[in-house]
Amino acid sequence: MNDNKKQLRIALRNCGFINPEIIDDYISRDGYMALGKCLTEHTPEETIKEIKDSGLRGRGGGGFPTGLKWEITRKSESDQKYVVCNADEGDPGAFMDRSILEGDPHSVIEAMAICGYCIGADKGLVYIRAEYPLAIERLQIALSQAREYGLLGENIFRSGFNFDIEIRFGAGAFVCGEETALIHSMEGLRGEPTFKPPFPSVSGYLGKPTNVNNVETFANIPAILNKGAAWFSSIGTEKSKGTKVFALAGKINNVGLIEVPMGTTLREVIYEIGGGIRDGKKFKSVQTGGPSGGCLTTDFLDTPIDYDNLIDAGSMMGSGGMIVMDEDDCMVAIAKFYLEFTLEESCGKCSPCRIGNKRLHEILDKITSGRGEFQDIERLQLLSQVIKDTSLCGLGQTSPNPVLSTIANFEDEYLAHVNEGKCPAGQCKALLKYEIIEDLCTGCTLCFRNCPVGAISGERRQPHYIDQSLCIKCGVCYEKCKFNAITLS
Amino acid sequence: MPKIKLSENTVNQIKEVCTEFNNKEGELINVLHKVQKKLGYLPAEVQEVIAKELNASVAKVYGVVTFYSFFSMIPKGEFPISICMGTACYVRGAEQVLSEFKRQLKVEVGESTGDGKFSLNCLRCVGACGLAPVVMVGEKVYGRVAPSQVKEIIKEYQEGCPSGNAKTA
Repeated sequence: MNDNKKQLRIALRNCGFINPEIIDDYISRDGYMALGKCLTEHTPEETIKEIKDSGLRGRGGGGFPTGLKWEITRKSESDQKYVVCNADEGDPGAFMDRSILEGDPHSVIEAMAICGYCIGADKGLVYIRAEYPLAIERLQIALSQAREYGLLGENIFRSGFNFDIEIRFGAGAFVCGEETALIHSMEGLRGEPTFKPPFPSVSGYLGKPTNVNNVETFANIPAILNKGAAWFSSIGTEKSKGTKVFALAGKINNVGLIEVPMGTTLREVIYEIGGGIRDGKKFKSVQTGGPSGGCLTTDFLDTPIDYDNLIDAGSMMGSGGMIVMDEDDCMVAIAKFYLEFTLEESCGKCSPCRIGNKRLHEILDKITSGRGEFQDIERLQLLSQVIKDTSLCGLGQTSPNPVLSTIANFEDEYLAHVNEGKCPAGQCKALLKYEIIEDLCTGCTLCFRNCPVGAISGERRQPHYIDQSLCIKCGVCYEKCKFNAITLS
Repeated sequence: MPKIKLSENTVNQIKEVCTEFNNKEGELINVLHKVQKKLGYLPAEVQEVIAKELNASVAKVYGVVTFYSFFSMIPKGEFPISICMGTACYVRGAEQVLSEFKRQLKVEVGESTGDGKFSLNCLRCVGACGLAPVVMVGEKVYGRVAPSQVKEIIKEYQEGCPSGNAKTA
């Protein structure tokens, strides 16, 4: 997908073009030039101003202006500060951070050193998922090479600036992508978030000012400093500058990572870059922002993608997962799927998230198993709003988004489930009905003998019959029938 | 859960790991990672030793172990099977693949087969969404898995070691 005109690679500029295990490859593509320039020619203030002018916003999902974050951390007075790289990519369906760390680890190291210089920190920490062994290995190789070349360690570029980086491992907790939870996890504690303020930029790791940025954010920094803020801010929309990496997946022909300028429309991404829907099926929805985001419909295909437009559309940028769904996907089941994720990943500290999401899940389960009532839709909306308003951290505040956005955009599907007891996409098993087509049934008794609950009756060589009140919809008869005499409706 | 007695050798191994991290409480997660790598899992008895070495309460260690999905208190099978339940895999039919594994192995998620050969787990996105649905057996990744391939995958690991003779983990 690299040669597509719609794409522009900034964060992924080196991925696939260099050998990530050879530092000279990175250096030959202007690597560590930005760090050298900053340390020898520019003051921290000048560098921060450049980042602020570029308009770069956090790529982890929040979209907070990066330069401003650096400035706040710089102004916090302390004897020790930390730079943290958030590589706890827990959003299912997103893998850009892994790709950057595996394909271009030095760009992150360089950016962290620049950040350290700007905010006055001499120590960096990368918090990375233990599930990414290759990324960890490549990062370790890159760190030791950078130390060997004197690009990490003491007196870098003879400027008197010292900086080194350590790796910390995550242990499989989605909530640790939230910065306060991440910091607690690095301290060896349960990764539970705490109330902000104080923000990590004032009191973070071990109580010291800590600047937390995402991998993709860092990967943009050297390019911005090399090519200038004006160049970067000329790309994108008014409030969202530069490019964004998306992980395109689901029912689409071309899956994989793409990087497009902010402001590209969903239609361009799905049809021109993604090559359209698989098997010639009809596009139904695209889910952005992972478990915190929402499902968008055809109505939003021409919306330019940026932070603010996605929020207005009821979804969010998130870390950039983009999952395409077709007509065979049931939106109620998708909402339930995300809720299952949230349930498992909720840290349990605050009750709206811990209990509220459980109740949401129960209602959705009721609807998908055919026991839903009309009032359940209203209950879902009300409870979702309460969870959004009262949860402590970003996970809880956004967890009802998949529910709210599917109700807003696909209310007819919810109604079909509760009013007519039908699943239009044919995915909710409990709402399906197995029936025998009399004309095709030869009365071979195979289904009758295999039905685990004895729901099938009939005489030999006569058409059989399924008693719907006994049927558990296991599908055994459907699999066993040699004459395609059993249908699903 | 029956109480197990740790051998002196195991206890020493755990102590060694703790010393490596200067017996610092803040290094708890790193210690747990390393110990789990050596022993395969983190039963209560192991947690007690770690708590003592790091001068932390057993409750705290238990709290951390149970919080993170990467840590396990039950032994994994000789060939741990993990099914990715990330969104991309889900929409491409990971659920059907999972139920086929359950049916073939006759275990539920989080359990091991009686002979200790296989254990079944779900995980959240291995970042190989382009290959969805993805199944991992040990470190080996299987992409674009269809329910009909499940039997074959299991067979691959059963061969050369007929069932019944498999060693217990």
